Amino acid sequence: MRELSYAEALRECLRQVMREDPDVFMIGEDIGVYGGAFGVSAGLIDEFGPDRIIDTPISEAGIAGACIGAALTGMRPVGEIQFMDFVTLSMEQLVLQAAKIRFMFGGKARVPFVLRMPAGSGTGAAAQHSESLEAWFVHVPGLKVVMPSTPHDAKGLLRAAIYDDNPVIFVEHKLLYKTRGHVPEDAYTVPLGESKTVREGKDLTVVATSIMVSRALEAADLLAEEGIELEIIDPRTLVPLDMEPIVASVKKTGRALVVHEAVKTGGFGGEVASRIVESEAFDYLEAPVRRLAGLDMPIPYNRTLEYHAVPQVENIVAEARRLVGGVY
Amino acid sequence: MTDQTQAPDPQTYLQQWGHEPAVELLKRMLLIRAFEEKAEELYALGKLHGTMHLSIGQEASAVGASFALKRGDYLLNHHRGHGHCLAWGSDVDLMMAEFLGKATGYCRGRGGSMHIANIEANNLGANGIVGGGIPIAVGVGLSIKMRQTDQVVIVIFGDGAANEGAFHESLNMASIWDLPIIFYCENNQYAMSMPVRRAINIEHISQRACSYGIPGVTVDGNDLFAVYQAVKDAAERARAGRGPTLVEAVTYRWRGHSKSDRQAYRKREEVKAWQKKDPIRRYAQALALDDQELENLRAQARERIEQALAFAESSPEPEVSTILEGIYA
Ligand SMILES: Cc1ncc(C[n+]2csc(CCOP(=O)(O)OP(=O)(O)O)c2C)c(N)n1
Ligand SMILES: [Mg+2]
Repeated sequence: MRELSYAEALRECLRQVMREDPDVFMIGEDIGVYGGAFGVSAGLIDEFGPDRIIDTPISEAGIAGACIGAALTGMRPVGEIQFMDFVTLSMEQLVLQAAKIRFMFGGKARVPFVLRMPAGSGTGAAAQHSESLEAWFVHVPGLKVVMPSTPHDAKGLLRAAIYDDNPVIFVEHKLLYKTRGHVPEDAYTVPLGESKTVREGKDLTVVATSIMVSRALEAADLLAEEGIELEIIDPRTLVPLDMEPIVASVKKTGRALVVHEAVKTGGFGGEVASRIVESEAFDYLEAPVRRLAGLDMPIPYNRTLEYHAVPQVENIVAEARRLVGGVY
Repeated sequence: MTDQTQAPDPQTYLQQWGHEPAVELLKRMLLIRAFEEKAEELYALGKLHGTMHLSIGQEASAVGASFALKRGDYLLNHHRGHGHCLAWGSDVDLMMAEFLGKATGYCRGRGGSMHIANIEANNLGANGIVGGGIPIAVGVGLSIKMRQTDQVVIVIFGDGAANEGAFHESLNMASIWDLPIIFYCENNQYAMSMPVRRAINIEHISQRACSYGIPGVTVDGNDLFAVYQAVKDAAERARAGRGPTLVEAVTYRWRGHSKSDRQAYRKREEVKAWQKKDPIRRYAQALALDDQELENLRAQARERIEQALAFAESSPEPEVSTILEGIYA
């Protein structure tokens, strides 16, 4: 089976889509000759030229606006925000324009674009280059939010996002770019709005996003040795969110833990937990639904503090033991 | 309007400053150079977490600007900020400790290379967000004006930052309120891989000042005397209540943007040509120092950095139990 890195999988998708559809182009900072801060667009300028791989000045509101305007008039832009942190400078365009244009205009306009951005800590980049802000976008009707955790899903979800007729916030993770996995060569799609059960188990349902999926899988291996079996579900798209497999799983296991890197308070975990307790799974719960998430703090520079600021494998193991053991 | 300052005559300044203070400025530049060369070395040895942005080749800009200001003035700077911080008179031990993420560092190991501040010395901090400090300078200027002190604030940013909306909002507000701000743009020719000539369609960034009705001046950022004079003029104007100035210092970044930069966007010859315009050598020549004297001072600076490193390496890591400290007042 052919393996690619997460970054290579994204690049392969971009290459395939840009070959087949002249309406697709990329726009962002240092995406041309530099190849993007994390190398996702490396080499694409050689094939598609500077008119379709557009380097911009450092102007994040401008990048978002350029995507919106081009999308409104028939193109399918793929914008890149160099680090998710800097999308804070694009917020007005995304929240008040992109998300609302279709609705305000009576459902007559379309704004089909993707804005890609790397989130997450673990690289020593400190407080202004390590944000995980996906929950902000989940809170804005009109935007879709995608968070792939594997090279396979990165490629298929990006294709779905580009051909979706809505603005899509596509959240990548810095630590995932170099991770490798099986990626088919054909131009396949992973549809938006399909959660995926990545491991089956009977004791505890773990809903994990992005980098936390692989950490949960590692935790599951360790726990399996003690006879605790995790069922792990990766929602893959936060909006639209496919709750069905999650609810079915909780009915089976009676316990649920939501794990994400973003800070706990106001995070996406609260949304998942609420939907579980609002669902028919409520009657099956044998324990409180719990969240394991980043500490409510900015990401520190110091390596050890940075490590402890977000969930690690051992935290997932400990939390799962407590939930299954009835200690909380 | 843009006003190209003539290259000043070094002798006038040297007489005015005296020999010792003039040599001090050279020592500062050498300290910055030695600090950053050590930083590079530590990175190569795998001793540093994260990335860093080196200002090697831009030392005259940092030291000349800082020397033109007074104790009590405010500094806001950016990601390529080690030089500004050292020029401001910061303690190199505490800087190195911060760099290594130690509890004894300026920011207790929380900030790191990109976020060194020294609030007690009115160094209001480096910024990881391009253009992030520029609007803050408006607030600092406003506060100076409201408190009716004699202070000024200098905000240092790159050519790339001049293309953020925040730059434009800030210059306009500073102008209409006559705020005591020096908008100091270090034009080092590139914003990461983006050459300034492709990102900006005017010859000098300082020309933008005219849109806001404030003076704009472009100087040779590798000429310490020229930088000093431009910032001094701007500070005097600001202290006299006549408002902000946009100063553009033209210089060059010798190293890659950050540690992951392969520099595919520029030619080696271009880098080499600029390296011939080394601001440190140029200043040493103005002081009439011979090579041996310069090398002696260079060795002293390196020795000081070794001491700082020893301090930093022997300093404790922050305790994990303190992780949640310092978020709210
Ligand atoms: C808002 C924002 N956008 C992008 C970046 C990523 N970034 C960091 S430094 C930099 C280039 C800055 O260029 P310039 O302002 O000229 O300063 P220089 O690095 O040349 O000193 C970029 C794109 C950032 N930190 N913040
Ligand atoms: Mg620059």
